[in-house]
Amino acid sequence: MAKVKGSVTVNTERCKGCDLCVVACPSEVLELTNEVNSKGYNFARVKNPDECTGCANCGYVCPDGCITVYQIKI
Amino acid sequence: METLELDIVKQENLIYEKPRLMNDNPMHYCPGCSHGVVHKLIAEVIDEMGMEEKTIGIAPVGCAVFAYNYLDIDWIEAAHGRAPAVATAVKRLNPNKMVFTYQGDGDLAAIGTAETIHACNRGENIVIVFINNAIYGMTGGQMAPTTLLDMQTSTCPYGRKVELNGYPLKISDLLALLDGTCLVTRQAVHTATAVRRAKRTLRKAFENSMARKGTSVVEFVSNCPSGWKLTPEQANQWMIKNMFPKYPLGDLKDI
Repeated sequence: MAKVKGSVTVNTERCKGCDLCVVACPSEVLELTNEVNSKGYNFARVKNPDECTGCANCGYVCPDGCITVYQIKI
Repeated sequence: METLELDIVKQENLIYEKPRLMNDNPMHYCPGCSHGVVHKLIAEVIDEMGMEEKTIGIAPVGCAVFAYNYLDIDWIEAAHGRAPAVATAVKRLNPNKMVFTYQGDGDLAAIGTAETIHACNRGENIVIVFINNAIYGMTGGQMAPTTLLDMQTSTCPYGRKVELNGYPLKISDLLALLDGTCLVTRQAVHTATAVRRAKRTLRKAFENSMARKGTSVVEFVSNCPSGWKLTPEQANQWMIKNMFPKYPLGDLKDI
């Protein structure tokens, strides 16, 4: 079975910190920060980049379209 | 933008991003609201069908009143509950356009019940996207016809009671009985699997409208974290536990 590796980028300025991407991720890649963006939200960021498989679950459930997902086969 | 793994982050490896038809305006919806996901699905389906220039959306009164700010297609703003009536006129005058309404439960199942039922009964070739979160979200969480029994809202603080307020209105089941509808389905967007399934169904609904098969109604059982006074994740769990038994997901009618 071909292995895949993914990477996500979060538009932290658009993020509202709803936490749904963190819950949706099966690999615990994402987390909410203690920092805030200019709107005052604790935005999501990548905690474990090595664990990401590029399944895009986080992207599908994000209500604000903040997440972009990339994937390569290795 | 926070970027890691620069070797993977290339355009040819892209597998998911914000839909092209959704613009960069920050959405006014509360954090975790299902509206955003449904907006994304509509944008993706319209883009994939290549109907960007031919789609006319009818926005309701309610939280989605500003939908025209976020999706780069043509929109008309209808009076409260009258979106199916406006959509009827638009579709009849422009039969080559893809016309859909986007309505909440207060708009579709309360003030617009007559318009909804009659548009479906006439079998207008439109798509009705129905967001059911069992509450009037925009005006501060009042009881809606779809509010569940014993559910607390600002206008029934001790819970909805049958003797006083009647039963929750399952309007999609009602619409499935009408001969004019070709697709009546109930979906949710709380997990990635549900989102993928909902997108397939939504595409089918839009294709039905262009194939002149009749009215398609796509109900989304949605959350309302602010109105329910829960966090987005708690709201999704509450929705699974309480909303799904009353509003079970699946196709009610598909011909």
